[in-house]
Amino acid sequence: MHRFARQWSAAASALLLAASFSASTEAQTIKVGIVGPFSGPFAQYGTLFKNGAEAYVASQGGKLAGKEIEFIYRDTGGPNPGQTKTIVQELIVKDKVDYLGGFVFTPNAFAVAPLIQQSQTPTVIFNAATSAITDKSEFFIRTSYTLWQVTVPMAQWAAKSNLKKVVTAVTDYGPGIDAETAFKSEFTKQGGTVVESIRMPISTTDFSPFVQRIKASGAQAVYTFLPGGPPNLGFVKAYNENGLAKSGIQFLGTAETDEFDLQKFGDAAIGLTTAFHYSAAHESPANKKFIEALKKRDPNAVANYASVGAWDGMFVIHKMIEATGGQRDGLKALVAARALQWESPRGPVRIDAKTRHIVQNVYLRKVEKVGGALVNKEVQNFGPQIDYGLDK
Amino acid sequence: MQTLLNIGIDGIAYGMVLFVIAVGLSVTLGLMRFVNLSHGAFAMIGGYAAALLTREAHWNFWLALPVAVLGTALIGALLEALVLRHLYKRSELEQVLFTIGLAFFLIALTNALAGPQVQLITLPPLLAQSVDLGFRTLPAQRLLVIAAGLLVAAGAAWTMARTRFGIWLRAAVDHADTASTLGIPIRTVQCASFAVGAALAGLGGVLGAELMPLEPYYALKYLVLVLVVVAVGGMGSIMGSLVAALSLGTIETASKYLASEWGSLFFFVAMAAMLALRPHGLLKR
Repeated sequence: MHRFARQWSAAASALLLAASFSASTEAQTIKVGIVGPFSGPFAQYGTLFKNGAEAYVASQGGKLAGKEIEFIYRDTGGPNPGQTKTIVQELIVKDKVDYLGGFVFTPNAFAVAPLIQQSQTPTVIFNAATSAITDKSEFFIRTSYTLWQVTVPMAQWAAKSNLKKVVTAVTDYGPGIDAETAFKSEFTKQGGTVVESIRMPISTTDFSPFVQRIKASGAQAVYTFLPGGPPNLGFVKAYNENGLAKSGIQFLGTAETDEFDLQKFGDAAIGLTTAFHYSAAHESPANKKFIEALKKRDPNAVANYASVGAWDGMFVIHKMIEATGGQRDGLKALVAARALQWESPRGPVRIDAKTRHIVQNVYLRKVEKVGGALVNKEVQNFGPQIDYGLDK
Repeated sequence: MQTLLNIGIDGIAYGMVLFVIAVGLSVTLGLMRFVNLSHGAFAMIGGYAAALLTREAHWNFWLALPVAVLGTALIGALLEALVLRHLYKRSELEQVLFTIGLAFFLIALTNALAGPQVQLITLPPLLAQSVDLGFRTLPAQRLLVIAAGLLVAAGAAWTMARTRFGIWLRAAVDHADTASTLGIPIRTVQCASFAVGAALAGLGGVLGAELMPLEPYYALKYLVLVLVVVAVGGMGSIMGSLVAALSLGTIETASKYLASEWGSLFFFVAMAAMLALRPHGLLKR
């Protein structure tokens, strides 16, 4: 009896194995490696990527261009170029992924450039925002934004709305200095004066000294850049508590009022002015569809720049699969990606053929309260913007 | 002149926040000689409790504050009675390894239960406003922190010097066996002291949250600052911690006003100098 059962089960498993073999040769799966932080202090980005990417595939009926999609998620923790390189090498060599996506931190993206160049793996950057990344390999495509892209129109607007003197206050690290340079160069070109450039140490917890300095500088507005989370909250709090808004010093930012943190500010955030490429309150059918797809996957999912970056990134991968018929052909896929133009949840966008960076509208937004929740209300459209950082 | 006044005011406010967060560790590490690297995690428990009570359960802040502090004390007492008391006699390395492990465990637990976002404590209107000092404004919440810091310092100094409990505690730490033979209930003293340390950590977590926002990595992020204050102040000297926190806070604030491009350099140079000149604590010779 015992032996009999064992024979049966062996036969059954052999059959199953054969079945799975034939299935994999018929409807081949496209493997997409998503690289980002899924643990540690930046884990929320991993969740945002996952929600955005999976919501996109679900919205297309679970298949892209008739192919099954298999996501392989890999955790980088924080900025960690060495580990990211190992992870991506494994994804390319062992898992044989067809496409790569994700990347929150610039150094991690830089580290994998030689790998994707050699293996001709199309790689879509969902977030990392330093201009020079797409220069490092012709297989990089970016669906996020760069600081130059959103800061230049902000500086132009500030100059046009009669702000003569502005102080910059940025966190003292790579992107912060990028933001400071971008604002300074454009604002002075437009005839304005940057009266003082404050760089705040990255470990700062008490922002009131800096806010007092901003107040004493005699500027009419402060342009600021801070990493998300605690520093962001601390700065806005200090800005309000020390009465800067009341004494007429305007707040000019970019990602500071990001939807992930926005509700935490409370009413203190009302009136904060930012220039950015995506607001969850953008009114369009495409954005409505995006938010519905996200909520269907996870009712707590946040629609913000990272999840929309993943959503649009999957759109680009979708079109590349279509163009290559699911075959592995990085060069052909890139030719298709360079010509893409579509309606994203953020508005009309296209991939710049030369820089492979996304060209998109940048909007001026003010924080408003709508139905008990804070939103980034788009008040002005600056029109399509290229990445000014790459163009120089 | 204006800048000097600003440095003074912001320095005291920041120093008091440092003191309120560090004073609990001054009790467990300083007085009880127990290397407690999970101190930040206890502060986080207190802060999270206050945040959840005020924001989710809509409690009044003045009610949520004592409940959060007492809750942290209770958790501290339970942990002490069940686990930590077995570590008193172990080597310092073992204490470090255990408590840092405990901190990592609590970080992961907080992340799983409450998510990675920053948690804000809803302040009552009285504290949420700004106080006009004539030449500038100061958040009312900082005044509460300054008052609480002074009260805690005075209360702790009085307890240690004047009460029977203070004498028991000093005896229990210096010579547990002799103290026990003399009829001092050392287990109760140890457990109560640890609970007080945890309660003060919780208080610091709640009151300091305006400058050090609550998130899962809170438990490790500010641990260095807290250890610096206790080390410079001197083991077991609560007044020393107060002086250390205020002077380091003022130095850090001054460097932000005058030389921010140097980051936290002056803070740590001052720490090194103070430790070199007064290795046993600022107020001890």
